[in-house]
Amino acid sequence: MEGINRNQPPSDIRIAPELHTREITLNMGPQHPATHGVLRLVLELDGETIVKCTPYVGYLHRGTEKLGENRTYLSALPLTDRLDYVSSMNNNIGYVVAVERLLGIGPPERAKFIRTMVAEMGRISNHLLWLGTHALDVGAITPFLYVFRERERIMDLFEGLCGARLTVSYPRIGGVRNDVSQKFLDDLYAFTEEFPGRVDEYETLLTVNRIWLKRTKGVGVIPAEDAINWGLTGPTLRGSGVRYDIRKFAPYDAYDKVEFEIPIGYNGDVYDRYMVRIIEMRQANRIIRQCIEKLPKGPITIDSPFTFPPKGSLSRKDKERFNKDYYSRHFTLAKGGPKEAPQGEIYVATEVPKGELGFYFISDGTGRPYRMRIRSPSFVHTSALPRLCEGGLVADVIANIGSIDIVLGECDR
Amino acid sequence: MEPQEIAEKIKERFPDEVIDITSFRDQVSVIARKERIVDICRYLYDDPHLHFDFLVDLCGVDYLDKKVPRFEVVYHLYSIKYRHRIRLKAQVPEDNLRIDTVTSVWAGANWHERECFDMYGIVFRGHPDMRRILMPEDWEGYPLRKDYPVTGPEKEWPGFQEVLDKAKAFREFEWKE
Repeated sequence: MEGINRNQPPSDIRIAPELHTREITLNMGPQHPATHGVLRLVLELDGETIVKCTPYVGYLHRGTEKLGENRTYLSALPLTDRLDYVSSMNNNIGYVVAVERLLGIGPPERAKFIRTMVAEMGRISNHLLWLGTHALDVGAITPFLYVFRERERIMDLFEGLCGARLTVSYPRIGGVRNDVSQKFLDDLYAFTEEFPGRVDEYETLLTVNRIWLKRTKGVGVIPAEDAINWGLTGPTLRGSGVRYDIRKFAPYDAYDKVEFEIPIGYNGDVYDRYMVRIIEMRQANRIIRQCIEKLPKGPITIDSPFTFPPKGSLSRKDKERFNKDYYSRHFTLAKGGPKEAPQGEIYVATEVPKGELGFYFISDGTGRPYRMRIRSPSFVHTSALPRLCEGGLVADVIANIGSIDIVLGECDR
Repeated sequence: MEPQEIAEKIKERFPDEVIDITSFRDQVSVIARKERIVDICRYLYDDPHLHFDFLVDLCGVDYLDKKVPRFEVVYHLYSIKYRHRIRLKAQVPEDNLRIDTVTSVWAGANWHERECFDMYGIVFRGHPDMRRILMPEDWEGYPLRKDYPVTGPEKEWPGFQEVLDKAKAFREFEWKE
């Protein structure tokens, strides 16, 4: 196969002049194992080459934005779990950071570090699932089996932390739900000890694998200017060589107190996006280590009308007086939340594993957002799919879909 | 550049277009008329000191009974080079739901504008593919408008009775060896 331009048929094949050739339309999805959910693509093909690619989305539309407008700031939190169900922790954090910025409050130091820690766990778990399914789509089945071993450990850690594996709803406005136990920290530390070795294992399977290189190098190339113009974010943008990471440029939580590097690619192809995510997993591991080491002591939530301090953090003396207050406040929060929030509008973006997740709130002074807009990375990435696929081959569509890392729950909201 | 400076700069360049500048928690919004929105966007993109090359988000807002004009289209812009942000808002009155598309400036605006049309019924002139995106193509109404009901009409799905009858028939079925 050396020396053949993949986008053109070999020149020594002669097509009989009396045969007519015409473009065919191929429907792919919504029930297709490689579209990562319910994405439907209509491809117009000229032989093996894609002339036009039209994505159809909306099969998972649940009206999250409309639902959010009819709920209090507190009760809309579980909706964000269901956006990107692969990394729900990061979505929760994106939501609470945005609401906190709107209310003008901030979490205590310890909560910041806990959030950063669990966010990076979410990032690793997301990238592991991405790696497994992406490699499976392209044809390597083995990594899929290995990545689930590590992902399972993170899921178990989440379960020990908050009782849920996928839809965690662990962060709270003004802090986190409950404190981390010493056992959790020990287990997590043990995980970080051995995780870099596991990444090495995946890399031996893929990074210099000849078939993998053939399938990913020079496929789905998007130059930096185009990637910015299309609004790509996260590892997909960094794969094209743009150094843009919200964790560095607009730090939230404890990202300004930990050290990490932003990996970037050079060619903007599928392989570079793969490499960026692999290095990101190692950096996430590094951030988790630093968070465990630097974890300060102190409260995990602040005292504000939108939060209530956890029971365990109280001295014995205050307990009786507090208990009454605690339950009445819990009742108020659960019943309808505080009746007012500052009037104004705010857009806050956080770096989730897939890219930039932004929440835009317009508050009219009541306890519910007047408008809750979710800027989801998957939606924007799916819109750029024709740009990546057109002119390429049918088989590369699968590699392209995998490399932009979309989840349709977040795309359709 | 500070957001307030950027807002002043836009106002200096387009004095007739900019209606108001508001600020909340260091985020500045520039409210503009919709007629020359593409010119403003093009200026923000091309100006060497602003260079807003990244359209972060585009969405619609419905201010039913709160503001006149009723609708707004909100552009969140960011410059990767200079790392500054600005929010641009274009007012769209209810009796003329049309605004020019900015897909010529940022290609990423394509699907955002389609979603805005899908949810609010705001038509983007010159858009290459103005169709519904999240809702089915034959859907009636615009779901994110404030006067769109949250719960549907109290009407039973026509096939529901049929399903019930079938379930009943299956329950009564006698299994024979």
